[in-house]
Amino acid sequence: MEALSDLLNGFATALTPTNLAWAALGVILGTAVGVLPGIGPAMTVALLLPVTYGLEPTAAFIMFAGIFYGGMFGGSTTSILLNTPGESSSVITAIEGNLMARNGRASQALATAAIGSFVAGLIGTMLLVLLAPAIVDLAVGISAADYFAIMMLAFIAVTAVLGSSRIRGFASLAIGLTLGLIGIDLATGQQRLTFGIPQLADGIDIVVVAVGIFAIGEALWVAAHLRRRPADIIPTGRAFMSREDYRRSWRPWLRGTALGFPFGALPAGGAEIPTFLSYVTEKRLSRHKDEFGRGAIEGVAGPEASNNASAAGTLVPMLTLGLPTNATAAVMLAAFTGYGIQPGPLLFEREGDLVWALIASLFIGNTLLLVLNLPLAPLWARLLRTPRPYLYAGILFFASVGAYAVNASTIDLVILLVIGLLGFAMRRYGLPVVPAIIAVILGPRAEQQLRRALQLSNGEISGLWSSPLAKLIYLIIAVVLLWPLISRFVLRGRHPLAEAAAGAGVPLEAEPPPADDDRVPEERP
Amino acid sequence: MSSVSERLRGRSELGVSLLLAVLGVLVLVDASRIPTDFTQRGPVGPAAVPVAVGVALLVIAVLLARDVLRGGHGESEMGEDVDLSHPSDWRTVLLLIAAFLANIVLIDRVGFPISGAVLFWGSAYALGSRHYLRDPLIAVALSVVTYLIFARGLGIGLPAGPLEGVL
Repeated sequence: MEALSDLLNGFATALTPTNLAWAALGVILGTAVGVLPGIGPAMTVALLLPVTYGLEPTAAFIMFAGIFYGGMFGGSTTSILLNTPGESSSVITAIEGNLMARNGRASQALATAAIGSFVAGLIGTMLLVLLAPAIVDLAVGISAADYFAIMMLAFIAVTAVLGSSRIRGFASLAIGLTLGLIGIDLATGQQRLTFGIPQLADGIDIVVVAVGIFAIGEALWVAAHLRRRPADIIPTGRAFMSREDYRRSWRPWLRGTALGFPFGALPAGGAEIPTFLSYVTEKRLSRHKDEFGRGAIEGVAGPEASNNASAAGTLVPMLTLGLPTNATAAVMLAAFTGYGIQPGPLLFEREGDLVWALIASLFIGNTLLLVLNLPLAPLWARLLRTPRPYLYAGILFFASVGAYAVNASTIDLVILLVIGLLGFAMRRYGLPVVPAIIAVILGPRAEQQLRRALQLSNGEISGLWSSPLAKLIYLIIAVVLLWPLISRFVLRGRHPLAEAAAGAGVPLEAEPPPADDDRVPEERP
Repeated sequence: MSSVSERLRGRSELGVSLLLAVLGVLVLVDASRIPTDFTQRGPVGPAAVPVAVGVALLVIAVLLARDVLRGGHGESEMGEDVDLSHPSDWRTVLLLIAAFLANIVLIDRVGFPISGAVLFWGSAYALGSRHYLRDPLIAVALSVVTYLIFARGLGIGLPAGPLEGVL
């Protein structure tokens, strides 16, 4: 078990008193920011990124792991105590969680969410330890053409699987790809889309894009539609639960973890599907079916574990392949690049110590989260009362600090505003923001792999799908793209099956809105 | 009344199509002026991917326009503090943009502690906060503390401006 000894070395690096202090600070900051309404995990990570700039890489990563888990947990606290749809991954948690809170069981809802997150994070990170070396071994051997195919799959998966309108997903993807083109082409030194502005030659910093779309775009969007009446917040005490609650929670935690991790690890796009599946499963298996719809603890325990396991799962492709599959992972990838570290199979070889220290810090961050957040729950609940003008003014303020700190340049602030306005327009017109973020980060990498692959095949385009792996991936892409047609023609003849699946709440067919266009052409490189 | 605003809303979404089309043309024009003959290394030059992205933008613009004209519309994003039952409040958005621009103009001239305070106070004012003593005090405190943490504690360069040496 080489991985385990590597991991122990990682703990040896990470477990110094100073580093533990950074981890604790990261958890507290991450939770505090993540709890604030309107701020999801991806924005939490993007906003707090500058804080880690001044640290050396190991300390920065350790703090970062704390921010990551803290941000995730903060989001679920918000959704339990405030019943309004926040980030999509905790929508399901909010259903029963808020009902529990309304029935005076806020403490128990927060406790089962916190402990469930801990269990899922623990198992998920353990699976990461076991899987990562194996995937790295496989990944070292795959070709540029295969890489390109995998990246295309990631694009299609985040664009076509999520969201209600595919064409709007593709619009967002194309916008992201365009932003990614800006700058000097590394292979030939040609300027692309720089319009003679020297500051654009290095491309737009990914942190600026992420903060612009998430923080500025969100703040402007909320400002345009700020709720006039304050939302009612349910007060809570210290998070705790009874023996009976434990008895009802532990199975949902494990089942939720089992559902969430694979969805995160495969580029299957986000936590929405597994949290939903977990909810449906728990509802069916529960001995307290009558409590569903009135605040059943299983309905919080399962989806919340699923959400966290999925987040841990996204770290597998992110660390081993350099492939982000959700917004948080995309921002983390940007952060790594910022520290001069390139995730991918070679990372484990070249910077093994650092990677294992990071993985060890994920365990530490996860544990600290549980230790700190059970007693601190009432404090976090109070943060929800932050006056909204201060909250959104603060987001704009810290977003500016972060964007300026990257290069100490006012041009970045101008770009930040422009991208923020873009983010505003995307929210207004229902363009999902995740495909854009993924495309900005992955687009240039995909181009690099494409050109490398075609160089190897002497310009022969069939070189892109010569390997069995690439063939398989393009087949999957074709199925995903043609799924609406397939389900319409193939499943029509088999109503009982489709109905049974629908009855179980399995989203066999992502319902497209009536006038939506399903025949979006695959983007050809 | 609602049907009129509904139709206007549908039509304004064509602006997204227009934006995509303009972007597409821009990308294609920019790609066309990249010299590909001598700079090209390998079979794919620096213009190939921009051409593909530009074409994709145009195709998506057309498909989106068709979708909108057939009555499809994107669902505005929900959020904890978002109330979509009111029309967009443009005054707040414009005031926020003004506060943001003020920071851009001021940061290199008067330093971050002042420009940041202007940004925070201006934004809070734009969002409806009217505590004429508390708001500026919070803004200055936040800005100065942030400056001290970042510039002194974390070693990240934020300009001090004329307050150099005072803070």
